[in-house]
Amino acid sequence: MENKRIKISGFGGQGIILSAHIVGQAASIYDGKNASMTQAYGPEARGGACSSQVVISDTEVDYPLVDTSDVLLALSQEGYDKFVGSLRDGGILCYDNDLVGVLQDHSRFDARAIPATRIAEELGKKIVANIVMLGFATRQAGFASYDAMKRTVLERVPPKFRDLNETAFERGYNYGEEVQT
Amino acid sequence: MFKKSKLRGEFFMQGDIACAEGAVSAGCRFFGGYPITPASEIAERMAYRLPLLNGAFVQFEDEIASMASILGASWTGVKSMTASSGPGISLKAENIGLGMMMEVPCVIVNVQRGGPSTGLPTSWAQADMMQARWGSHGDYGCIALCPKNPQEMFDLTIVAFNYAERYRMPVFVMTDAIVGHMTEKVVVPPVDEIEIIDRRYTDKKPDDYLPYAVGDDLIPDFAKVGDGYRFHSTGLTHDERGYPDMTEHAQLTHAVRIVEKVKKHADDIILLEEKGVEGADVVVVAYGITARTVVPAIEMARKKGIKVGLMRLITAWPFPTKRIRKLAGEIAGFVVPEINLGQMVYEVERCAGGQCKVKSLPHPGGGIHKFETVLSAIEEIAHAK
Repeated sequence: MENKRIKISGFGGQGIILSAHIVGQAASIYDGKNASMTQAYGPEARGGACSSQVVISDTEVDYPLVDTSDVLLALSQEGYDKFVGSLRDGGILCYDNDLVGVLQDHSRFDARAIPATRIAEELGKKIVANIVMLGFATRQAGFASYDAMKRTVLERVPPKFRDLNETAFERGYNYGEEVQT
Repeated sequence: MFKKSKLRGEFFMQGDIACAEGAVSAGCRFFGGYPITPASEIAERMAYRLPLLNGAFVQFEDEIASMASILGASWTGVKSMTASSGPGISLKAENIGLGMMMEVPCVIVNVQRGGPSTGLPTSWAQADMMQARWGSHGDYGCIALCPKNPQEMFDLTIVAFNYAERYRMPVFVMTDAIVGHMTEKVVVPPVDEIEIIDRRYTDKKPDDYLPYAVGDDLIPDFAKVGDGYRFHSTGLTHDERGYPDMTEHAQLTHAVRIVEKVKKHADDIILLEEKGVEGADVVVVAYGITARTVVPAIEMARKKGIKVGLMRLITAWPFPTKRIRKLAGEIAGFVVPEINLGQMVYEVERCAGGQCKVKSLPHPGGGIHKFETVLSAIEEIAHAK
């Protein structure tokens, strides 16, 4: 496998950093690969533009920053607008189509939509939208194994929200399954 | 996660957290600090960890007090640390000099961000390298370590504590906001596999003990607080008793010694990593995150047939003078990329002494060197041979 460069973008409070942490931990601790996660954020705690990035590789990651991404997960219009241009040709875009409404030309890459926030709201907690998206992206983009991702999600969330997050991950993954087939 | 008092195993861990865990593993039990981006996670982690280990965390009114506090804590026999970023290190500078003068073991972590002044709070640079060396007034020896990833944030923080105790002085961990905020796999070995150097106490009786008397290694022995030893220390130039002695003689012995003790042990302190340096025409000298980000350009240059090696400075200070001087006589030139406008390159130029070319690759911070920039610099030096 060559380097897989994943960019996750949205706004502060959506769990953008946690999402990258989950991807990196799943890949490096449970899938036995090398993963390097970095983040960018403004001074705001919530609401500001936020992005995180993970580079996954079979060998040591020399260059940990993501200038051009292979996979982009967009959870806000601003995050989409800012990073869609640096998604490589033939890359994979996963976006929340309720939050990202103004679309650019998608012919360069593979774009896949999921109403992640709406699904999360149906599950009772809007906050798990990032986990729905991670489930979806796990199926669509294959940067980490299903088992490693699910195990990490369950480890990283507070115990009393484990069931909710497990359901959120499954819903996203299955939605990905339906889109795929 | 990471809640056990003693960790062991593999973790997906942030650099700053790994630094705190390295400190804990090294035996650090006091942290005095004042929060600042991008070093706050170290303080946060220590605030959580130290009470579990019967240690103490204190957030002081400012950086000046926090630096003073770790000197005081260290005098009592407790391994101590503070962490900050450029603006905070500037404030600590006065008391760093006090630590150097009184020869107090402690560790100072600088998670470098863009400067000068408030600069780029959430972004990175490597622009405090000379501040670490010369930031406090007067002459003193300096030891500074440059981790390149979260694993080394753990490992080199332990080395920093070992050096601090061995050479009796404040030691710097010079990292940056990329490595500090980067998360990667960190392997925490079992406690008994970690080499720890503890404080050297005198074997003299209280009546025979002089706090600043030294033997061949130029490093004075400690006395244990509460064991009945007479003790005095000051920031003024002092004699072997630790009492002020503001004479040329005292300056020639004590003030010179705190420089000489680092020079004398430089070969034991210096840590270098060389890849493909033997037989190379071009040697890239880099440290910290830059030693990683230049690798793709080095690999491309090799594919193009250029003999290029990478020398990574794991310790920036003391500088590997002898090694660079020797290489300078054998190669076409050095390329020195760093995320500042040219700092360690001065040392490379000094050691090269005109024997070969030295090309500085500056970057002001907030970004990193472009692949093409590094590649064309390597090509330029190789073709100028």
